[in-house]
Amino acid sequence: MSRHALLRLLVALLVGTIFGFGLALSGMMNPARIAGFLDVASGRWDPSLMFVLGGAVIVAVPGVLLQRKMAKPVLDARFHLPEKTGIDARLVIGSAIFGIGWGLAGFCPGPALSALTTGLATVALFVCAMAAGMILQDRALQKVLP
Amino acid sequence: MTPYLASLAGGMILGLSAALLLVVNGRIAGISGIVGRLLGGQQIAPNIAFVVGLLAGPMLYTTAFGRPPVVTIVASTPLILVSGLLVGVGARMGSGCTSGHGILGIARFSKRSLAATATFLTSGIVAATIMGLLR
Repeated sequence: MSRHALLRLLVALLVGTIFGFGLALSGMMNPARIAGFLDVASGRWDPSLMFVLGGAVIVAVPGVLLQRKMAKPVLDARFHLPEKTGIDARLVIGSAIFGIGWGLAGFCPGPALSALTTGLATVALFVCAMAAGMILQDRALQKVLP
Repeated sequence: MTPYLASLAGGMILGLSAALLLVVNGRIAGISGIVGRLLGGQQIAPNIAFVVGLLAGPMLYTTAFGRPPVVTIVASTPLILVSGLLVGVGARMGSGCTSGHGILGIARFSKRSLAATATFLTSGIVAATIMGLLR
């Protein structure tokens, strides 16, 4: 493994750790908070999670502006960014399905993985079902719905 | 710390980590992308390292604050299974979730991510509101 590849590994571990800490602090790991945010008819709507998205975007934008001035990332030969630009049916249908799943139980992928640290069997069950869904999509549905 | 301040600070930390991964490793901090590639056997080492970090983060939080982050389950077991499947299928089909589209996509002014975020927020509100009415 080259020196850069090893450093990228360490950065991935470090960034994952900071990300997991941020999730824990933000409240995104708590399905009850997600339900309180997404359920707008409960009479006690909790808008605080809007601040997670707002805070994240405010800090990420300068990073994106810096990235656009760079020819390549610090530890790699090129940037690995999404290439698609158009809005297609897969994007909209997939996002709609994802949102329904998120609204039903209050877990999205990152927080669910971080919540494994609680040792709750329910969280492990969610993560297994999510992994099965990802495999189902990538190995089967992808070919049926091009 | 009030929930608003904690959410804002937590969000800013999420934004910082997304910016770091972009500038240093040249990659999008999108969790469904990272897990999907891991399950597909691509770039195994860095993706495992990131997932290990996702587990280490809350432990660090527990050490720092002297209590673990609150995780209150709201759905029954059958619903958890259905929800997990939908999240997995949908996030991969839509090329991202709350992190890749919601944070970095919007920060990159991506039209696709803006459309995706508006869509999953809307369907999430519909699903959670119906669940709330049934509860």
